Amino acid sequence: MRLEIKDLHVHYGKIEAIKGVSVVVNEGEIVTLIGANGAGKTTMLKTISGLRPVTSGQILFDGKDISKMPAHERVNLGLSQAPEGRGIFPGMTVLENLEMGKYHRKDRKSEMKEDLEKVYHLFPRLLERINQAGGTLSGGEQQMLAIGRALMARPKVLLLDEPSMGLAPLMIANIFRIITEINNLGTTILLVEQNAQQALQRAHRAYVLETGNVVKEAKASDLLNDPAVRAAYLGVGAH
Amino acid sequence: MSKVTFNLRDKGAQFWDKSPRWRRVLLSVIFIAICYALPFLNNPILNTPGSDFQSVLFYPVGMYVMMAIGLNIVVGKSGLLDLGYVAFFAIGAYTMAVLGTKTSLNFWEILPIGVGLAMLSGVLLGTPTLRLRGDYLAIVTMGFGEIVRIVAVNTSAIGGSRGIAGIPTPPPAFKAKFTILDPKPYYWLLLTFTLLIIWMVRRLAARRPGRAWDAIRQDDDVAQLMGINTRRSKVWAFVLGAAVAGVGGVIYASQILSIVPDQFNLNVSILILACVVFGGIGNLWGVIVGAVILAFTPERIRFLSQPRILVFGMALVIMMNLRPDGMLPKKKREHLEADWDHVEESGEGEIK
Repeated sequence: MRLEIKDLHVHYGKIEAIKGVSVVVNEGEIVTLIGANGAGKTTMLKTISGLRPVTSGQILFDGKDISKMPAHERVNLGLSQAPEGRGIFPGMTVLENLEMGKYHRKDRKSEMKEDLEKVYHLFPRLLERINQAGGTLSGGEQQMLAIGRALMARPKVLLLDEPSMGLAPLMIANIFRIITEINNLGTTILLVEQNAQQALQRAHRAYVLETGNVVKEAKASDLLNDPAVRAAYLGVGAH
Repeated sequence: MSKVTFNLRDKGAQFWDKSPRWRRVLLSVIFIAICYALPFLNNPILNTPGSDFQSVLFYPVGMYVMMAIGLNIVVGKSGLLDLGYVAFFAIGAYTMAVLGTKTSLNFWEILPIGVGLAMLSGVLLGTPTLRLRGDYLAIVTMGFGEIVRIVAVNTSAIGGSRGIAGIPTPPPAFKAKFTILDPKPYYWLLLTFTLLIIWMVRRLAARRPGRAWDAIRQDDDVAQLMGINTRRSKVWAFVLGAAVAGVGGVIYASQILSIVPDQFNLNVSILILACVVFGGIGNLWGVIVGAVILAFTPERIRFLSQPRILVFGMALVIMMNLRPDGMLPKKKREHLEADWDHVEESGEGEIK
């Protein structure tokens, strides 16, 4: 078991955003958290990566509780996030952004070339844009860069926050195809998505989040056919 | 397309990047030599009627340049708005004044103590406050600047509001005698330290600390996700900025011979910040140019006597309207709009 969240509570001031959520991500899986706006999906990811403090509960990574560990140390353990809204450094070039992903690695010099090639193999577009400023990339390219940069840290678990946000349908399909490819190469993935259709097709298991609670947990393929989920998240007439 | 705007900084950088090594060395040597020779260039254009040109070179020009370089580490590189920068300058100056008058330590022995104390106060101020962001940090640092001044006013052990007089001058070095009558050696001393600081800042900026500051300035949260200890990086930026102001303070006190707390008021912090913004926030050479202009102009137009500050203020307003990013802005990448001529629409392009 790679990542286990036990009875997690998170507050924004007095408002409880996460009300006792438990999630398990096993090694090699793609697990997705789906839910509407304000369900607490992004808060979950931010808490796991350490940007939000935990009120109570545990975050176990390879069996070790990391809920009190500062964000920058969690990266060293192999927990890497492509944040919501992509979080590209707009003033750095594509290459500099990718290099930042390796900032904390002790062996960054020797690993750099190999990992850059891996990322360019997954996202050939980034190689074409290598000296372009991050802020001038299109949305899809920025998302590729965000994922590529997270991969530079050689994560064991990759956290993806709404990779489909604001992208054209064709680009969404491409991004999700690459997410599956990354998973096939051996990276465990926790994926937060509003685009339930795509997420459920790609994931092994899924959790449905509603106003800070997990209301359903099942195999992704089962949820895809679940009438309640279809009505709430996939929309009438979804294929 | 708005990319035709003439950018002096980019032109300069282009020329520099294309230059072979010998030309870079030659230009640097010439530039440094001119800087050292400045006190003898008493020509009618650069002359400052109404005040002694050689004194103006030391204070305000040289002093502002050094302080602006220091503040640029904090404001320009790591994006922390510090409105209390004068406090570190004051701590350096007071260290020189107190230890110089009460002990037998000389300038060279006091200098590291003054810098150390400024850095220590940087840690003490930075550690609790740097979790704040933006405006909140600006207000807290402004408060700190005022606290240092008010404490100095109300502490009779360090002279209270009358300050400290009779600060010793540095011992002679390289045949140069430091006396109140001759500002040249002080200017050279200041210039030497400024060059050292420029060298240090350039090295830092090109390496990991510089990258970390860049990342923090652009997105604090994402910087943490990259594994950067943002708290520590910010405190370091603060401490290095404080160290530079500390050096300035010690040298300043040893030249001026007597200091009073009111010299270290909020105006100084604001003026140094103005140098940074006016010159081009984040760009070392821009900041230097800004500091030179802002320090030199009021002295150059001193013959206008009363209205000179008004003229100066108007010139500032006009300049900031004409060049809102400063005289020599940093390479403009951060706020660039996508260049749609060259970027295909997302989703339309095919990913191989």
